[in-house]
Amino acid sequence: MENYGPYDPTLDYAPGPATKEIAVESGKVQSWKPLHMSRRNFLRSVVCSGTVIAGSGYLFTTLAPSRADARSVERLVSLNVNGRTRRLDVPPNETLATTLRYRLGLTGTKIGCNQAECGACTVMANGATIYSCSTLTHRVRDKEIVTVEGIASDDGTLHPVQQAFMDEIAPQCGFCTPGQVVAAVALLNMNPNPTIEEARMGLSGNVCRCGAYDHYLRGTMKAAERL
Amino acid sequence: MEYKLIGKNFTPPDIEAKVTGAAKYAEDFQADGMAHVKIFGSPMPHGVVNSIDLGEAEKVPGFLAALVPDEVKQPGPAGFPILSNKPTYFGQPIVAIAAENEQAAADAAAAVKVDMTLLPFVVDPLESLKPDGPDALEGGNIASRGIDFQSLKWTGKDFAMVGEDELPRGEAPIEWMFGDIEEGFANSAVVVEESMVHATNAHQAMEPRSAAAYWENGKCHVWGSTQSTSFAQPGLARLIGIELSDLVFVAEFCGGGFGGKATSYPLMALPALVSKKIGGRPCLLRVSRVEEYDNGMARSGFQGWMKLGFAQDGKLLAADMFMVQDLGPTSGFRDYNNVGIASTIVYQPASMRFRAVPVLTNTTPKGAQRGPGENQAANMVEPLFDKAASELGIDRLAIRRINAPGGGGADAKIGAAQGPVTSAYLKEALDKGAEAFNWVERSANSGMQNGSRARGYGIGQAYHSAGSNGFDGLVRITPDGILHVHSGVGNLGTYSYASTSRVVAEALGYDWDNVVIERGGTQKHIPWNLGQFGSNTNFTMTRSNYVAAMDAVLKLKEIAANAFGGSPEDYSLENERVFKTSDPSASLSFAEAAQRAIEMGDKYAGHVLPEDIHPMTQASAKAIAGTGLVGVAKDNLEKEGTVPALAVGFIEVDVDLETGKVEILDYVGGADCGTVIHPDGLAAQVRGGAVMGFGLATTERHVYDPAYARPNTRTFYLSKPPTILDVPLKMGWVATDQPDPQNPMGMKGIGEPLQGAASAALINAISDALGGHLFNRTPVTTDMILNAAEGLPQSHKPLATNTV
Ligand code: FES
Ligand code: FES
Repeated sequence: MENYGPYDPTLDYAPGPATKEIAVESGKVQSWKPLHMSRRNFLRSVVCSGTVIAGSGYLFTTLAPSRADARSVERLVSLNVNGRTRRLDVPPNETLATTLRYRLGLTGTKIGCNQAECGACTVMANGATIYSCSTLTHRVRDKEIVTVEGIASDDGTLHPVQQAFMDEIAPQCGFCTPGQVVAAVALLNMNPNPTIEEARMGLSGNVCRCGAYDHYLRGTMKAAERL
Repeated sequence: MEYKLIGKNFTPPDIEAKVTGAAKYAEDFQADGMAHVKIFGSPMPHGVVNSIDLGEAEKVPGFLAALVPDEVKQPGPAGFPILSNKPTYFGQPIVAIAAENEQAAADAAAAVKVDMTLLPFVVDPLESLKPDGPDALEGGNIASRGIDFQSLKWTGKDFAMVGEDELPRGEAPIEWMFGDIEEGFANSAVVVEESMVHATNAHQAMEPRSAAAYWENGKCHVWGSTQSTSFAQPGLARLIGIELSDLVFVAEFCGGGFGGKATSYPLMALPALVSKKIGGRPCLLRVSRVEEYDNGMARSGFQGWMKLGFAQDGKLLAADMFMVQDLGPTSGFRDYNNVGIASTIVYQPASMRFRAVPVLTNTTPKGAQRGPGENQAANMVEPLFDKAASELGIDRLAIRRINAPGGGGADAKIGAAQGPVTSAYLKEALDKGAEAFNWVERSANSGMQNGSRARGYGIGQAYHSAGSNGFDGLVRITPDGILHVHSGVGNLGTYSYASTSRVVAEALGYDWDNVVIERGGTQKHIPWNLGQFGSNTNFTMTRSNYVAAMDAVLKLKEIAANAFGGSPEDYSLENERVFKTSDPSASLSFAEAAQRAIEMGDKYAGHVLPEDIHPMTQASAKAIAGTGLVGVAKDNLEKEGTVPALAVGFIEVDVDLETGKVEILDYVGGADCGTVIHPDGLAAQVRGGAVMGFGLATTERHVYDPAYARPNTRTFYLSKPPTILDVPLKMGWVATDQPDPQNPMGMKGIGEPLQGAASAALINAISDALGGHLFNRTPVTTDMILNAAEGLPQSHKPLATNTV
């Protein structure tokens, strides 16, 4: 194995248990169930049960501690996501990316940088693209949000952009893809017949480390033809 | 040869999940009662922890537990710890905190108080080699696989013997040579001698290395981001301190790796260790972009010196190279080794001496990054070929052609031992690329001015080894007639997990619609496969899949012979049926044969297994035994020599002499990757590799403040990968499409050199636009271009590292 491959830091470790046995500090061992929920089931549970919303507290906002004393009336927000309106309890300093991913389970929206640099978190607000990592949820309370999960039709038919991206093998690792899909759909909604330069500008807010730009661009142009 | 599937485009099965957002990456893991993990990173580049005060952290509402360095296993010298009491770089994790939610975890991590003493530190390898220079680690400044951790200092004389712009060349722990370089230089018409610097740069995968874990019934479940589903597991088990069989590993998607997530890595084990401390409760470590820059590994940089001697016709007679590698604080990767090897195969020097010193620094840990060493070699050596061509008065394509291995590579030699290669068509790649680019005609416009813009043209070449052997294949035909190809290769985004699986379908004559690829984690019962790195997947995996397919072929025939009499050789396969060649009515569908395999049991259904397969394959085969016809084998096919992936790049640029901006107008990439297995996938790699190469050549670098050893490039804005506005609108590609004789279907890998060929081409084109100005520094930044255009000195010392 030593003869193969790149730097493997684990080779410097002897096999066997941790040097000191890690003591169990709290809690009894129980059965952990990963939430392999369909989006629909999750949203249903969100809508039907306030406790799920309050209970999924693994949000992350900023380094400033979230204030428990924030008045609850300020935290309640009606959010329209992918055509459905939901009532959510969101602290005023929570970003939309956090709300989407960790409250609504819409993990298609990715966080690549969390600082408005990469576009992995791109969603639409009233048809315009925004970086959801750098938008407060409360700021978009009166807007219609569309995430990558809301791009295909309800019956699962892919949007022409999604189909064209598949045809052009546009995604490589795929981590930037949700943002690229949303950016391309937003562009074509506003400009169904873009020139290649216009399409390039439309996608310029989305970094792709795999360098698949050419393929996303071709995909966008192909989708425009098919629309 | 005519194939049904090989060389044809297809839709990879996982791609729809990527465009709909359904694809689940490590960070998308969610579970009931999930806790969040945050780390406290070292505030200094090298220090020793005197005490850790968790008092305030424990008071944060939601705090669950803290994990400190004493509780985790520590690696050997110059290793890469999970948590450290003696951090050796800024941001290195010292304490991990688990809390009820991410905010609480972050608050608690911020409340941790660590009392530390600062130790000497260094970011410039040459500084560390000075007689009284600091060591990055206590007790040493040199380490590498094969070189013991030790302290190495050069003498004052070593430094005094050369000028400020020449690399000092003291004692080197690595030295090899072949041929007679003195004679080579004596016979040379032109000798080029230069010193140079290559920056380090971050991998910058879009997905940071987040991970999640929980424990249940003694088994540890981990969601990780890795390039290599099978290959990552033994190391991860070692980090967590469990048996391989107690690891349940899920890695369905990987949001970019480029070598930085080649196998497993310390942070991947952290949530598992924290989870163990809180009763196995699910823990998610969401790694931020800044933490990714601090801990996510980077390409090694170099300070180098080279002397190349050329005959009048351009043939490389002698090469003398000396490389000082910036290794970071761990034993890192042997990039230096690959600088030497790449130079031997791409340029076929008649004689060569290679010396190298890998030096530890207090910077982010270095790992392999796409073409580790080979691509830096391209950026350092290729410009010298342009200089030599100019001095010899020959074309830049001609000087490359005369040295390039071609025609199959029967005479080609590689490495210090000058061993053979399996196949080489670099000359042919140059010819095809030059033709597609129209090099001869277009490069005549070199230097053409249009307002403030000057036109430049460049060629680049690069190499990476592209194949291994000895891994296992595991396939299964179930009674519904479906072919299951079990693949543990990983899902980096090249789709080679799928294209290499098509070899099984090709060998068995399967309709692709009847094939399912079982991949993504231990739950899919995957065989022992090499990781998805080192451009090896196409060669290695097609071999292991092929031998498993052949095992299935034989079993199908044996089952048919058992049913209808005769011997297995009397039977043939077609249309997913096995039939008697002389009497096609004596036939079984594959579905029926699979049912019979289950009834016959034994080796047919995977109950009896070959002895030479890896324990991981054994376990996986046992898990699926009895569910169908099982084909399983280790790749014992013959392999002699190194498998070379070779790439070329041709580029046209405009350089604005007033702003220093480089606009890439056109690019054509060429590949010698054996038989093309998946044309669209290859196109994506040629272009994507080139885009990364453009960044490597012009914008990407890690910069550590030399005074405080703090990282200053921890954002995309500062570390700058290319955007869509930095690349040409269209990029072309060609492939030699010549089969490699040591792969059953002719494939070899290609991913890595595609980047180096593009970066070297771009560097050369910028120089060309500036009348042949040699920068000898990668990346070539806007500032450097402006200084060169205006005839001003550069703002950095010649051999300085960490320059802006
Ligand atoms: S995650 Fe929002 S822009 Fe990068
Ligand atoms: S496909 Fe990997 S970042 Fe774009």
